[in-house]
Amino acid sequence: MHVEDKFTAETWPAAPEKQTLEGKNKFLGFWLFLGGETVLFASLFATYLALKDKVPNAEHTLAKDLFELPIVFVATMLLLTSSLTSVYAMYHMKNFNFKKMQLWLGLTVLLGFAFLLLEIYEFNHYVHEYHHTFTSSAFGSAFYTLVGFHGGHVAFGLLWIVTLMVRNAKRGLDLYNAPKFYVASLYWHFIDVVWVFIFTVVYLMGMVG
Amino acid sequence: MASEQTHSGNPKVDIEYRKKKSAEEMRYQIVSFSMMIFLTLVAFIAVGYGDFSAWFIVPFILLLAIVQVVFQLYYFMHMSHKGHEAPALFLYSGLLVGLITILTFMTIIWW
Repeated sequence: MHVEDKFTAETWPAAPEKQTLEGKNKFLGFWLFLGGETVLFASLFATYLALKDKVPNAEHTLAKDLFELPIVFVATMLLLTSSLTSVYAMYHMKNFNFKKMQLWLGLTVLLGFAFLLLEIYEFNHYVHEYHHTFTSSAFGSAFYTLVGFHGGHVAFGLLWIVTLMVRNAKRGLDLYNAPKFYVASLYWHFIDVVWVFIFTVVYLMGMVG
Repeated sequence: MASEQTHSGNPKVDIEYRKKKSAEEMRYQIVSFSMMIFLTLVAFIAVGYGDFSAWFIVPFILLLAIVQVVFQLYYFMHMSHKGHEAPALFLYSGLLVGLITILTFMTIIWW
């Protein structure tokens, strides 16, 4: 099988993402990258945990007075659901249903975008209501670096998926782009994995004190 | 992988079989998702409404997070499928280095 081959639902391979050498390499290389991302985020978590609530004086707001559970809960539900919609997209990719794959990827993008807007609102709220900024304290720096880096990953993931959707809109599914869609969805799930630890370690543990 | 391809010689039979397999897997995905939502709800309720000591709640919500992430990795990211030995090696190596980093930062920075 070659990248240029045209397929039907009958001839489409069961694991299209690993059918070509390029696909296999992408798959392996991408997981290596995710291993590296794990180290990156772990070091940001380590920094945050070491610097949590380390503020110069009593005028600075601490984690337990800063965070509000409802907004974090909504953000979590949005990102968790977007992980499921990207699973649906890959389900349709494996069934060679390009239109439905695009539809579910579109939903994923919408949910991810809503998450990002909520995060922008949240940061804006902290800065203006509590004067909790990147430079206000070590706590602030560590918080915005960790959560902001995750938000940056969400923004990058959105651009990535939208680019794939637009560039392949007329091409349809083939072995050239199947690994690309697959790897982008892996990235999206990884973003959700990181968020699970952010809402637990930063927000929930922050509320506990 | 090519070896996973079914070849009964009849494409119509093959596609029926594969669609059934996909639908079955999708059911597992839905179950995983429901579990993830449930674990998230438990964690939020325990912190928001529960009256527990920090000594209990912190390990508890961390455990819920780990279980949820296992669902995410093994079902949503297909690590339960064959051919994920190298990804598991990469991920767990990263995790090992990461956990050592966290342990180090939490113990010696304010020593």
